[in-house]
Amino acid sequence: MTDEGTTVTTGAARGRVRDVWGHRTPFGRGDRWPDRADQLLAEGIAEEDVDRWVRSACALCSNGCGCDIAVKDGRMVGIRGRIDDAINHGRLGPKGLYASWQGMEHHDRLTTPLVRRDGELVPASWDEAMAMIVERSRALLDEVGPLSHGFYTSGQLFLEEYYALAVIGKAGIGTPHMDGNTRLCTATAASSLKETFGADGQPGCYEDIDECDALFLFGHNMAATQTVLWSRVLDRLDGPEPPVLVVVDPRETPVAKRAVVHLAVNPGTNLALMLALVHEVLANGWADDAYVTAHTLGLDALRREAEQWSPERAAEVCGVAASDIREAARIFGTSERVLSTVLQGFYQSSQATAASCQVNNLHLLRGMIGRPGAGILQMNGQPTAQNNRETGADGDLPGFRNWENPDHVAELARLWGVDPLVIPHWAPPTHAMQLFRYVEQGSIRFLWISATNPAVSLPQLSRIRDILAKPETFVVVQDLFLTETAELADVVLPAAGWGEKTGTFTNATRTVHLSEQAVEPPGEARADLDIFLDYARRMDFRRDDGRPLLEWAGPDDAYRAWQECSRGRPCDYTGISYDDLRRESGIQWPRREGETTSIRRLYADADFPTYPEYCETYGHDLATGADVGEQAFSAQRPDGRAFLKAAAYSGPHEPPDDGYPLRFTTGRSVYHFHTRTKTARSPELDAAAPSVWVELAEADAAARGLGDGDMVEVRSRRGRLVAPVRVTGIRPGTVFAPFHYGYWDAPESAEQRRPTAANELTITEWDPVSKQPVFKTAAVRVTRVEVER
Amino acid sequence: MKLPVYLSLLAGSEQTLADSYRQVAEAHGDEPDVHFLCLTLATQCDARRERLAAVIARYGAAPADDEPERLHTQGLGEPRTGPLGLLRDLQDVYLLASFADVTWMMVKQAAQALRDVELLDLVADSERDIEVQLRWLQSRMKQAAPQALIAAR
Ligand code: SF4
Repeated sequence: MTDEGTTVTTGAARGRVRDVWGHRTPFGRGDRWPDRADQLLAEGIAEEDVDRWVRSACALCSNGCGCDIAVKDGRMVGIRGRIDDAINHGRLGPKGLYASWQGMEHHDRLTTPLVRRDGELVPASWDEAMAMIVERSRALLDEVGPLSHGFYTSGQLFLEEYYALAVIGKAGIGTPHMDGNTRLCTATAASSLKETFGADGQPGCYEDIDECDALFLFGHNMAATQTVLWSRVLDRLDGPEPPVLVVVDPRETPVAKRAVVHLAVNPGTNLALMLALVHEVLANGWADDAYVTAHTLGLDALRREAEQWSPERAAEVCGVAASDIREAARIFGTSERVLSTVLQGFYQSSQATAASCQVNNLHLLRGMIGRPGAGILQMNGQPTAQNNRETGADGDLPGFRNWENPDHVAELARLWGVDPLVIPHWAPPTHAMQLFRYVEQGSIRFLWISATNPAVSLPQLSRIRDILAKPETFVVVQDLFLTETAELADVVLPAAGWGEKTGTFTNATRTVHLSEQAVEPPGEARADLDIFLDYARRMDFRRDDGRPLLEWAGPDDAYRAWQECSRGRPCDYTGISYDDLRRESGIQWPRREGETTSIRRLYADADFPTYPEYCETYGHDLATGADVGEQAFSAQRPDGRAFLKAAAYSGPHEPPDDGYPLRFTTGRSVYHFHTRTKTARSPELDAAAPSVWVELAEADAAARGLGDGDMVEVRSRRGRLVAPVRVTGIRPGTVFAPFHYGYWDAPESAEQRRPTAANELTITEWDPVSKQPVFKTAAVRVTRVEVER
Repeated sequence: MKLPVYLSLLAGSEQTLADSYRQVAEAHGDEPDVHFLCLTLATQCDARRERLAAVIARYGAAPADDEPERLHTQGLGEPRTGPLGLLRDLQDVYLLASFADVTWMMVKQAAQALRDVELLDLVADSERDIEVQLRWLQSRMKQAAPQALIAAR
C-alpha cells in the first residue's frame, strides 16, 4: 500500500474497478443522455472538507471527460465529473476516478533535474542541467546543423506546450525531425481524414451515438479504451430503439459480446473485409448516386478495387463467414443513420490507412456524413493527440497547413517573423520510426524526448534500448517519473503534470477543455511549457526583427499565439478564449472570432476542404505512400469534393508459417494507460491488473496441453515474452498480450530473464501513408516454460 | 515488323527492374519501408512481365541477333550500403523504372497504330503502376537526401 492508503468512493463511483461502466441510465433514440454524477474522494475526506474544486478534464484517454479536481491543503484529494459537460454528462471511468489525481501524487515523482556523470544519473540544479543541454545543442548546430536535432514528444502534453515545441523546432532550429508518440496511436486517424477530405478534423460528434440506428466499431474496443463513451452506448443498447451493433475485432471483447454481427477477422486482413463491404454496397445499389456524383471523386478506381472482393473471397482471406459479411453490409446499406468508429484494430494493423479510408468511403457512398446519427469518428487514443496534430508537434505544419504549399509556409514565416527557408518544408516531416533510425545511424545526435516512454512503447524493444543507450547520442528526457527511457538519458528534467499546470487540450471530437492548475508541482518540477521556453531563451532564438522568437510569459500567451496561428484554418480557435472555456465546459472548434456557437458536425454541407489552396495535403497513393503532388491534385479539380481512395489488398508482411504458426496481436487492459506510469500508481488499478498475461483460444491451448495459469514463452523472430496463459474466446490461431508491462517496477534485468513487454515481439514496420507502426500482426510460437514464481 | 524487338526489350527491362527491386530490398533490410515496398513492387513487375508474355506469344520474340546490344539495360550491380548507398541505389532503380516507363510508351504507340485493344489495356494498367512506382521512388529519395548528404556519417 502506498502512503495515500486506500481510497473510498462516494455515491455512484463505489466499486468501479469491478463495475467498470457504472450503473445504467438507459435512453431512447434522440433523447438526451441522462446525467450521472461520478465522484471519488480520498479516504477520510468528506465533500465539506474540500477547499476548492478546480476545473479540468480527464487526461487518461482521448474521450476528454470534463471534471473538477478536489483540492485540500494544497493537495489533490479527489475528482468529480462535470454534469454540464457534453462529453460525459457527469460520468468518469475507473482511470479518471482512480488514476488521474492519485497517479500524480506519488513518492517516486522526479523532483530535481538529473545529469549523467561518470555513467551515473545524479541530481543537479536547473541551471546545470539546462546549461549542459544548451552547450550540446549549440555545438551540434554549429558542427552539423539543424538535421542533427530530433524531438520525440507525446500525446499527453497541453496544446500550448506542443505549439511552443513546434515553433522551436520549425522556426528556432529548423529541423524536420519532430514527431510524437501520437504516431503510434492516432497517425492513421489523421491520415485517413486527410486523404479522404483534404484535411484533418473529426467529422462526427458523440451526440451521434444518441441518434444512430446502426453503430459500427471497426477495430475499436471502446469498452476498454473509452469507458465513458461505452457507457453511453450501453445506455442506448439498454434503452428503447437500440442501435444495431456491428463489431470487427479478432478478439471476443466486451464490445463484440454485445454485437449483432461480430466479424472476428484474421489480424492483418481488414482491407479485404472493407473492400468486400464496399463491393456489397455498390453491387446492391445501396449507394446514394446523386451524392456520390456531386460530392466525390474516384468512384471508378474504387469500383475497380472492390469488384474483385466478393464476400466469399473476403471470407476466405479474413476467416469469417460470407453470410456475416453480407449481413454487415446489409445493415450498413439499409440503415438510415449509421455511425462508425475506428481505432487501433485498424490503425495498428496492415494497410492501416487504406483500410480506414474504406470506412470514410462507405459513408460517402451512402451520403452518411454530417447528419445527426450519420457520421464518422476516426478516434484518437491519447488525451491530447489532437493538439499534437493541430500544432505540428507531430512534424506537420501548424494549423493543418500544407508543407507542399509555399503560401502556407510563407504565412507561418510571417507569423513567426522568420525567413520561409528556415521552416523545413522540402519533404514530409520525419516520422518517429525514421527518426529513431537516424539516431541509430548516428546522424541525429541530439534527441529530446518529452512525456513519453519509447523504451517500452515502440516496436522491437531490444533495438530501441540499444539506440537510446548509444554513447554518442545526447538524450534529454522530460517526464514525471524515472521511466525506462529516462534511465537511459544524459539529462532528465522533472516535469509538472496534470493539475500542476494550466493549459488546454482537445478530445477526439474537437472539444477543447481548459485544465487549470490545482496544486504546486512537487520539488523543483516545472511545467513542460516553462522548460521549452527556458530552452528557447537560453538558445537565444530570435525573429528577423531581433525580438525573441517566443515572447511568452505563460500558457495564456502561448494560447493566444496559437489562436492567431489557427485563424482561417479548419481548426479555427479564434472564438474560443480561456474565459470562454471558464464559462462553458468544453467547446468544439471551429469557432471563429465573434461567433458564440460551434459547428457540431463537419461537412453537413458536403463542402470538403479539398481546395488546392486550402487543403492540408495533396494526398498520397495508399499502397506506397507516394506523393500525389500539387499538379496532379489540382488537375482533378477536387474543389470541395471528397476522394474515394483505395489500394489493392496485399496482406500482412509476416504471415504465420511452420516455425511461427500463430498470429500475435497486442492491445490494452481497461485498467491501464500506456506504460502504466500513472495507472499502476493507483492501488485500485494496480491490484485489478498487476501483471502481464497472454490470451489463447481453447483449441490452441489444448493442442499444446496448456490451461489457465500455465506459464508460456511467446517467441517471434525478434524477441520473447514470458507470461501466464488465459484461455479466452479469441479467434483460433491468434495470440494476444497487453502492451502495458515494461520494466520500471520489475526486478533488475527482467527484460533478459523474464520479459513482459509485448513489444519485444513486434515487427519494425509501418503503414506507407500514416507511418503508424504495425503492432497487431507478427508471427509467433508458444511453448510451455517452467519459471520460478 | 520490329515490334517484337521492343516487346523483348520491355520484358527484359521489367526483369531487370524486378531483380533490382529485390536486390535493394535485400541490401537495405534495415529500412523496413524500403524493404517491404521493394518486394511488393518487384511482384508488380513480375505480373506485368507475365501479361506481356501473352503478347509476345502473339507477335513473336525478337530474333537473337536483331537487337543492337547497347539497348539492353544493365541491372543494379553490387548494391551499396549506408544512407548515401540507399540514395544512390534508389536513384539507379529510378532510372531503370523510367526506362521501362518510356519503353511502355513506345509500345503503346505501336499498339494504337495496330488497334490492338488487348495490348492497349495492358499498357494502360502498366503505365498506371509504373507511374506510382516512379512517384514513390522520388518521394523516398527526397525524404532521404538531406540527411544522407548533410548529416550522415
Ligand atoms: S473515459 Fe477517458 S477521459 Fe473519461 S474518465 Fe475514463 S480515462 Fe478519463
